[in-house]
Amino acid sequence: MKKTLNRIYLVLIIIFLYAPILTLMVLSFNNGRSMGKWTGFSLHWYAEMFEDENIMDALRNTLIIALIASVVSTIIGTAATVAIQRMKPRTRNILLGANNIPLLNADIVTGISLMLMFVAFGITLSMGTVILAHITFCIPYVILSVLPRAREIGSNSYEAALDLGATPMYAFFKVTLPELKPGIISGFLLAFTMSVDDFIVTHFTRGAGVNTLSTMIYGSVKIGIRPTIYALSTIVFLTVLVLLIVANVIPARAEKRRKEKDA
Amino acid sequence: MSRNKQLRNLSLSGPYLFWIIGGTLIPLVMMLWYGLTADDGSFTLANVLAIGEPGHAKALGQALLYSAISTVICFLLAFPLAVILRKSKMGVKGFILFVFILPMWMNFLLRTMAWQVLLEKGGVINGVLTWMGLPRMRLINTPGAIIMGMVYDFLPFMIMPLYNVMSKIENSVIEAAKDLGASDWQVLYKVLLPLSVPGIVSGVTMVFVPALTTFVISNMLGGGKIFLIGNVIEHEFTVGDNWHLGAGLSLVMMVFILISMAFIAKFDKNGEGNLI
Repeated sequence: MKKTLNRIYLVLIIIFLYAPILTLMVLSFNNGRSMGKWTGFSLHWYAEMFEDENIMDALRNTLIIALIASVVSTIIGTAATVAIQRMKPRTRNILLGANNIPLLNADIVTGISLMLMFVAFGITLSMGTVILAHITFCIPYVILSVLPRAREIGSNSYEAALDLGATPMYAFFKVTLPELKPGIISGFLLAFTMSVDDFIVTHFTRGAGVNTLSTMIYGSVKIGIRPTIYALSTIVFLTVLVLLIVANVIPARAEKRRKEKDA
Repeated sequence: MSRNKQLRNLSLSGPYLFWIIGGTLIPLVMMLWYGLTADDGSFTLANVLAIGEPGHAKALGQALLYSAISTVICFLLAFPLAVILRKSKMGVKGFILFVFILPMWMNFLLRTMAWQVLLEKGGVINGVLTWMGLPRMRLINTPGAIIMGMVYDFLPFMIMPLYNVMSKIENSVIEAAKDLGASDWQVLYKVLLPLSVPGIVSGVTMVFVPALTTFVISNMLGGGKIFLIGNVIEHEFTVGDNWHLGAGLSLVMMVFILISMAFIAKFDKNGEGNLI
């Protein structure tokens, strides 16, 4: 009895979470433009979507921004984590505290304050300023992902490498980095998704005419949603689904293989 | 520590330090400077005190009310869910958690737009009502629609930290309570609830702060008629062009964010309720 109630509850929450997304997916195959009426199956919104200059332009910008921001923030964040681990506890706590500010702060404050700074320093808002802003809020996520792994492995093998005659540089690239790899990969993926998903910070730091998917959708909602956006959301959802499955399955497999090897 | 080692640490953390200073600290100082000065650069408190004007005070009050209501709803939905998920078997656990977190990764704008499509006058819900021969309802552009959007968008932020703390509670603790004669209800109320406080505080903050400061949800589901404090601030920076006023009101809003951060620091010292 109790078990059935639990199941019903889980199912209700799942319906709540997925019904809106599924509605968009269904509507993307609707022949007509109406939101409330089904007028037959069609794929023509998908064809129109791929021909829509605005959508394709926004998609390109989103991917360029996310790729640069996540690569740069992964490099900076990983280097910082390694350094923070070796610092005195007091300095470490101050730096980790500072790391939390962009994470806990409201996006609107992050976005506006960055915009004010760009303007004050005479930097024209453009796609470049969006990338700089994205790097700022992506670094904390990378550090949070790499840090647990860095704590776990400690510095023993790095020091052993030094004792055996490796230069610090060599030990860093041959010992520390490979050991941190799982944390670095998940940090990179997290930074990439955060960047793709961001709207608010982009909204305030973008130059005129620069659109990402998020800002394009926001703009199109004001003038009236076209079903091409439904087609887009179906594709976004399926991409996220595949990426998340890959990101979850690959580490689990690697873990299993490692355990089998050890046994 | 030798000089050499210190240098190496500095070169590793240098870019990060640069980014903390340039990307977080200086911008916040700029916000403070804009908020506390007038157009001619002279010091003034007028931008901050402007929160007392009826329109602004109402926007802040509504934002506080709606975000508080949606935070409570999120908690009431997520707590039983976390209790149920805690008991599920290991293999299934990863999958189930995946199911509840997946919508979080879907673009935030698309998720909010989905509710617009559902609630619109000629939208899906009204379409179904008409098809069943029932009268249409006015759903969009109401406070209810905004609260609905907040709950939907931020619910995963409540589920994650609650589940994280609860999955760490040992079964033996609960068995001990039961052996000592506690009922199911007492276990929930006297054991599970107090032990999940760090997660509750994280979850509440992670729902409350974005809900309080949103301008997207209120704009898309409120039809631009319901103004929250986020809308007022966004308006000043984009259309209204009074950046000093916008920054001053942001400072007022930040007081509430700082209070939330202080709560997290007090109750969640070990970061147990972290999102990741």
